[in-house]
Amino acid sequence: MAYAEFTADMRKTHTILVPNMLPIHFKLLIKIFGQYGYNMKLLESTSRTVVEEGLKNVHNDTCYPALLVVGQFMEALKSGEYDPDKTALLITQTGGGCRASNYIHILRRCVEQNFPQVPVISLNFAGLEKSSGFKLTVPLALKLVYGVLYGDMLMFLHNQCRPYEMNAGDSERTVQKWTERIEQLFVHGGYRNTKSVYREMIEDFASIPKSQRKKIRVGIIGEIYVKYSPLANNQLEEFLLSEDCEPVMPMLLDFILYCAANTDVSGKLYQYRNMKTAAFRIGYKYLHSKQREMIKCIEENGQFTPPHDFDDLRRAADKYINQGVCMGEGWMITAEMAVLAEHGIENIICAQPFGCLPNHIVAKGMSRAIKNAYPNANIVAIDYDPGATRVNQENRIKLMLANAKAAVK
Amino acid sequence: MNISRTTLHKAEFALGIDVGSTTVKTVILDKNNQVVYSNYQRHFSKVKEAVISQLKQIAGMYPEETFPICITGSAGLGLANSAHLPFVQEVHAAFVAVNQRYSDADAVIELGGEDAKIIFLTGGTEQRMNGTCAGGTGAFIDQMATLLNVTADQLDEMALRAEKTYPIASRCGVFAKSDIQPLLNQGARREDIAASIFQAVVDQTVSGLAQGRKIEGKVLFLGGPLSFLEGLRTAFIETLNLEAGNAVFPEDGRTFVAYGCALSAMKQKESYTINQIIDKITNAVSENTVISDPPLFAYEDEYACFKARHASHDVKRGDFRTYEGKAYLGIDAGSTTTKMVVISEDKTLLYEYYTTNKGQPLDCITEALVNFYDEKSKNLTIAGSAVTGYGEELLKAGLGIDYGIVETVAHFKAASFFCPEVDFIMDIGGQDIKCFKIKNGAIDSIMLNEACSSGCGSFIQTFAMALGYDIAEFANLGLFAEHPVDLGSRCTVFMNSSVKQAQKDGATVADISAGLSGSIIKNAVYKVIRANSPDDLGKHIVVQGGTFLNDAVLRCFEREMKRDVIRPAISGLMGAFGAALYAKEKSTGESSLISQKALKEFSYTSQTAQCGGCTAHCSLNIIRFAGGGRFISGNRCERGAGVKSENILPNLYDRKYEMIHSYGESQNFAPIATVGLPMALHYYDQMPLWATFFKELNFDVKLSETSTRETYYKGQSTIPSDTVCYPAKLTHGHIESLLEQNVDFIFYPCMSYTLDEGESDNHFNCPVVAYYPELLMANNEKLSVKNFLCPFLDLNRRKHVVHVLHQYFGAYASKKTIANALDKGFAELEAHRAKIAAEAQDIIKRARAEGRPIIVLAGRPYHIDPEINHGIHKLIASLGMAVITEDSVASLAHTPKLKSLNQWTYHSRMYRAAEYVTTQPDMQMIQLVSFGCGIDAITTDEVRRILESKGKLYTQLKIDEINNLGAAKIRLRSLLAAMEA
Repeated sequence: MAYAEFTADMRKTHTILVPNMLPIHFKLLIKIFGQYGYNMKLLESTSRTVVEEGLKNVHNDTCYPALLVVGQFMEALKSGEYDPDKTALLITQTGGGCRASNYIHILRRCVEQNFPQVPVISLNFAGLEKSSGFKLTVPLALKLVYGVLYGDMLMFLHNQCRPYEMNAGDSERTVQKWTERIEQLFVHGGYRNTKSVYREMIEDFASIPKSQRKKIRVGIIGEIYVKYSPLANNQLEEFLLSEDCEPVMPMLLDFILYCAANTDVSGKLYQYRNMKTAAFRIGYKYLHSKQREMIKCIEENGQFTPPHDFDDLRRAADKYINQGVCMGEGWMITAEMAVLAEHGIENIICAQPFGCLPNHIVAKGMSRAIKNAYPNANIVAIDYDPGATRVNQENRIKLMLANAKAAVK
Repeated sequence: MNISRTTLHKAEFALGIDVGSTTVKTVILDKNNQVVYSNYQRHFSKVKEAVISQLKQIAGMYPEETFPICITGSAGLGLANSAHLPFVQEVHAAFVAVNQRYSDADAVIELGGEDAKIIFLTGGTEQRMNGTCAGGTGAFIDQMATLLNVTADQLDEMALRAEKTYPIASRCGVFAKSDIQPLLNQGARREDIAASIFQAVVDQTVSGLAQGRKIEGKVLFLGGPLSFLEGLRTAFIETLNLEAGNAVFPEDGRTFVAYGCALSAMKQKESYTINQIIDKITNAVSENTVISDPPLFAYEDEYACFKARHASHDVKRGDFRTYEGKAYLGIDAGSTTTKMVVISEDKTLLYEYYTTNKGQPLDCITEALVNFYDEKSKNLTIAGSAVTGYGEELLKAGLGIDYGIVETVAHFKAASFFCPEVDFIMDIGGQDIKCFKIKNGAIDSIMLNEACSSGCGSFIQTFAMALGYDIAEFANLGLFAEHPVDLGSRCTVFMNSSVKQAQKDGATVADISAGLSGSIIKNAVYKVIRANSPDDLGKHIVVQGGTFLNDAVLRCFEREMKRDVIRPAISGLMGAFGAALYAKEKSTGESSLISQKALKEFSYTSQTAQCGGCTAHCSLNIIRFAGGGRFISGNRCERGAGVKSENILPNLYDRKYEMIHSYGESQNFAPIATVGLPMALHYYDQMPLWATFFKELNFDVKLSETSTRETYYKGQSTIPSDTVCYPAKLTHGHIESLLEQNVDFIFYPCMSYTLDEGESDNHFNCPVVAYYPELLMANNEKLSVKNFLCPFLDLNRRKHVVHVLHQYFGAYASKKTIANALDKGFAELEAHRAKIAAEAQDIIKRARAEGRPIIVLAGRPYHIDPEINHGIHKLIASLGMAVITEDSVASLAHTPKLKSLNQWTYHSRMYRAAEYVTTQPDMQMIQLVSFGCGIDAITTDEVRRILESKGKLYTQLKIDEINNLGAAKIRLRSLLAAMEA
C-alpha cells in the first residue's frame, strides 16, 4: 500500500494531530511526546462539522467513534489551520476482533482521497505497524504509562471533588495546577516518585472545601471512546453534574490492564506460551502493582472512596462471563457493572455506539445476569450515534435517575 | 417578584401536565387524590400553544386557587426546563400512579405516541423504555394507518375482521412499511394487514422491551393507542396469554400518566396560580440548539430563474380526445403511487395520470383505464402497452398488458429522451432511492437505498399529513424558510426525533420542511451513492421521481452537488413514460391490452393460501380474475406459481443446506447420550466436524429444527439486544428447539478464532458469532452448566482442543479416543468442503453448457439458512441464473490487495471469491448483508472495490427478519438487465 509514511525528518517539520478522548490524560501525554521531539496538537473541536465530515467520509454503518475521529481529523485538515504538507495524524490501533482495529484503515482511505501527503501514524503496543519516524521506545512508553497513572489519579480526584466543591472552579483549578506540576516532573525528573506525588496531590484535593451533602453516584462504563469523550457522549459528565449527581469514571489504567491481561488469559485458555504472553504477564504485574499503590495512597488519606482493584474486576468477571470474551471492551464491561454494583454504585450508564457488536454480548447480553445478582442495580444502556438526539438520551437517563432517587428514599 | 408561596399543609389541589410527542394531557387532583378534572388533546407539534390553551380552560374554572405542579412527558422535558417548573420522568410518573391505584398489578405496558414503556412491579421492580428506535408505538400505528389511507379507528375495525396475520417486521416503522407495501401491492386483504400491524406492535413490545423477562400476572395497559384500539388490546391479551381478569385497561388510560404526574406534584413545595403558570410557560425561553443552514432561495427572483431553467426540460403535449392514430400506453405501478401515460407515434404526451394508489394499484389503473377509454378519440388505438414497478406482474396478468420492464431500465429510457448523453440518473420515489450510472449507453452500476433508510418520499408526505398540510403545500413552505434546520442523514425514525427536538427549540414548520428536503438529499448522497465529490456522479445528471417535483428537494440537491441538473417537467411520470417508450419500441402494431368492453365487466377476488411446494411454505396470495386467469404472489420460486420443476439446475445454497442438515440423521445404535447441536451461526460452517466427532464417541446427534419464523418467535422472549442481527436472534429459537427434543446436553463452543485459512491477516470470528453462547447462557434460564456446554476453543490448537474436550467428556472416552474422534471430525470437515467445491464446479459446467450466467451469492455460512436468506437464492435461480456459494470458489483465488484489515475468516472468503469472480467473464457476485452487521460496513466497501476495479457489477442485498422479496427482485432484474447490456 502506498500511503505517506511518517519519516524521521518529519519530526522536525510536522505537527501531529491527536483526537481528544480524555481531556486530562491526553494533555499530559502529548506533553511527554513533546519531550521526545513530537510536536502534537490535541483536537478539541466539537462543532457540527465534525459529525458532517464523518458522515461524508465514513460508511454510515461504521461505529460512531470511527465516524467522529475521522470527522474531527478531516475538519481540522480542511479548516486551513494546519498546513497539510506539515501535518500528520495519530490514531490508536488495538488489533482485536472488533471493528475498531480497522479505524486506521478507514482513516487512511479517507486521507488518501483528500490529503494524500498527510501521513497517518499508528499508536499501538501490539507491534502492528511501524513507521520509520515514529518509535515507541521503552523510556517513552514508560513515561506514557506514568502519564496515564497521573491522569487517572487527577481524573479520579477531580470527579470526587467537583460535585461537592463549595467554590465553583476549585477542582478544575487544582487539576490545572497539578497538570502543570506533573509536566515539570516529566521534564526535570521526579515523576517516578509516584507515592509522594500522589500523597501531596490527594492532600491538595482533600483541602478543597466541600459540602457534606450526599449525591447520587452514577457509574459510567461502556465502549472506551464513547464513555470518555465528551464529544461522543454529549457531555454526559456535565449533564450528570447538572442533575446533581457524582459521575464515577473507571480508570484508563483498567483498560490497559485489561489489554495486558487478555494475552495472558488467551495463553491459559488455549494452552500456549510464548515471548508475548511472558512479556505481557510481566507488564501486567508491574502495572497492577502501580494501581495497588494508587489505591493504597487514597485509602491512607481516607477522604476519598478508593477505585476498585483490577483483581476485583477479574473476580467479578469469573462469576458472570468468561474472560475469554475479549473483543472490544469484552468481559470488562460486565465485570465493571458487577463491581460497581458491589461497591454500592448501583446506578450505571452503559454508553456505547449504536450497534456496537461486542456490546450486544457483554453489555445488553449480560445485564440480566447482573440484575439477577444485584436486584437493585439500575442499569441503562444508552446508544450514541449521529442521528440519536440528546433529548431522547437524556430522557432515558432521567428515568434511571428517577429510579435512583426513589431508591434513596 | 415573589410568585410562589410555600405550603406547609397538604395542597388543596395538584396539577399534572403530561406533554407527550403527540398529545397534551392535564389532570387536577383534590387533596384526597381524587381526579376532579382531566383533559386530553393532540398538539400537532405546537406544544406551547396547546399547553397554554388547556391551562386557559382550567384558569376559567380555578382562577384563584394555587397548585403545586409537575410536568412530565417526552416533550415536557424541554418545556419544564425552560419554564423552571418541576419535571418528573414519565415512566416514573406512571409508576407512582400504579402504586397508588393498582398496587396488585404485576406489570404495566404503556404505549405512547413515540415511546413504549414497560414497568415490572413484582419480582424486582424494573422500568424500561424503548431505545432510540421508535417502532411499535402510536406514531407507528398512525403511519401505517396513513399508508392504508384509513384512520386509526378504521384500522382497528378492520383488524377485528381479520382472518390471518402476516409476519411484519416490528422493530421499526420503516421496516414494517417495506413489509406492508408489497403485501398491499400484491392484493393481500387489508383487514389481515391491519391485524398484522397490531401484532407487530405486540411483538415489538414483547421482544424489544421485555427483553427476556416474562410478562405475566396482572397486567395494566396504558396510553392512548391501548385505550382506544380494541384490536391492539386483543392482540396483546392473546399473545401474552392473559386470563380475563388479568388484563386491566383503566378507563382513564390516556390520562393515567398525567394522574401520576399530579400525584408527584402533591409532593412539591412550590404552588402557583394557573395564571402564574401560564406566564412562566409563555415567557419560557428555550435554549436554541438548532443548527440551521442558509435559506434555499434568498430572493423571489432567484427562485423564478430556477423555475424557468427547469421548465425548459419538457415534452410535447397533445390531447388524447382529439389525437388519431397509434398510441402507446405506459404504466408505472410504484410502491405508493400509480402513474399512467399515453404517447403518440412522435412521442407526444397525450394523456397522463398520477395518483397515490392507496394500496390498490389494480383498482387505480382499472379506474383510470375506464375513464381513458370513455374519453379518448375514436380513432386512437393502443398499439402497445408496458408496465413497470412493484405491481408489474399483477397488472400484466390482470389487464393483458403486453410487456413488463424493469423499473431501472424504464427510467433510463425516459432519461435518455431528455438528455441523450445522460451519465447519472437519480430517482427518488415514494419508498426508494434509485441511482444509476450510465456507461457506454447501458446501465453500469445501480445503487439503491437499503431497507433501513427507505421511505424517503413518503416520509415527507406522512409528516406533512401529520402536521395537517397537503404535501405540495408543505414542501413549498420550505422554499423561503429563513433558517432551514439541519436534521441529519439518518433513517426516518431518527429524523422524527430530530424534528421533535427542532420544534421544541422553536423551529418553524417552514424551517422543518426545508430541513426534511435537505435530509432526503443527504441520505441519497452520503448513504446511497456514498459520493465524496460531485465528480463521482457524472457530468449529465438527470433527476426524477415524484419527490423531485418538490422544488426544495431539487434545490437542496443542486446545492449539495454544486452543479445544475436536469429535472424533466414530467419528473414524476418518468417510469411510466419510459415504459410507454419501451412499448413503442417493442410494438408489433397490436396490443393485448384489455378492451373497453372487457374492462367494464372486470372484477377479481383475492384469497390466501400456503404453498406446499417445498419446506419454505410460502404464504401465497391468489387473485382470480372474473374473466378467467389468476395471479399468484408471495412465492419465492417458480413452484409456487404452478410451474413444473423440470431440469432445474442444482442450487448450491440448497445443496449446502441439505448437506449440513444430513448430519442430523439419526443413528442406529444405542447411544451413550444425546447431544444437541443448534443449526445456527458457526455451526453452518463447522457442523461436519462436531457431528462427526460426537458420532465417533457414540453420542446420538440431534440438530435443532429447520428455521422458520416460528423458530424466531420461540426464542423471542430471551433476546436481550433488539439491534443484533437476525441470524443471532434466531439462535435463541434453535436452543429452545433442542430443549424441546430433550437432548442430554447442548454443545455450543465459544470461539474467538475460527480455522486459519492462511489467506488473511488474522482469523477471527465476529464478536457475535464468537461469544453468542455466553449470551444464551446468561439469558435463558433453562440453560445451566449441566445442559449447556460452551467451552472456549481455538481450533487451530488441536492439542488444547483435545485437552478441553477430555475435561468435558473424559467420563465417556479416553483422551486418545477423543483425539481420534476429533481427527475424524476434521477429516470430515475437509471432505465436506471439498465436496462443496466440487459441486460448484459441476454447477458451473452445466450453467456454461446451458449458457446461463453464474452468480456467486456471497454471505456468511449461516446465510444458507432459508429463514435468513428468505429464499433469495431461489429467486435468482428463477431468473435463469446459476447460484453458487462464496466458500465454494474462495480457494480458487488469492486475497487481493485490500485497504482494510482482513481479520475475519468468513469475510476474507468473500474477498477471495470476489477476486475469483473478476477472472470469470460469465460470473457476477451478489453480496448478502444482514442488517445490523457492523463488520459489513467495512466488507461491503471492500468487496465493491474489488469487483468494480475489474469492471464487475456490485449488487448488495440487505436482509433482516423482513422478507421483502419484491425489492430484491427489482434489484436482481436490474442486475440482469445490466449484465445483458
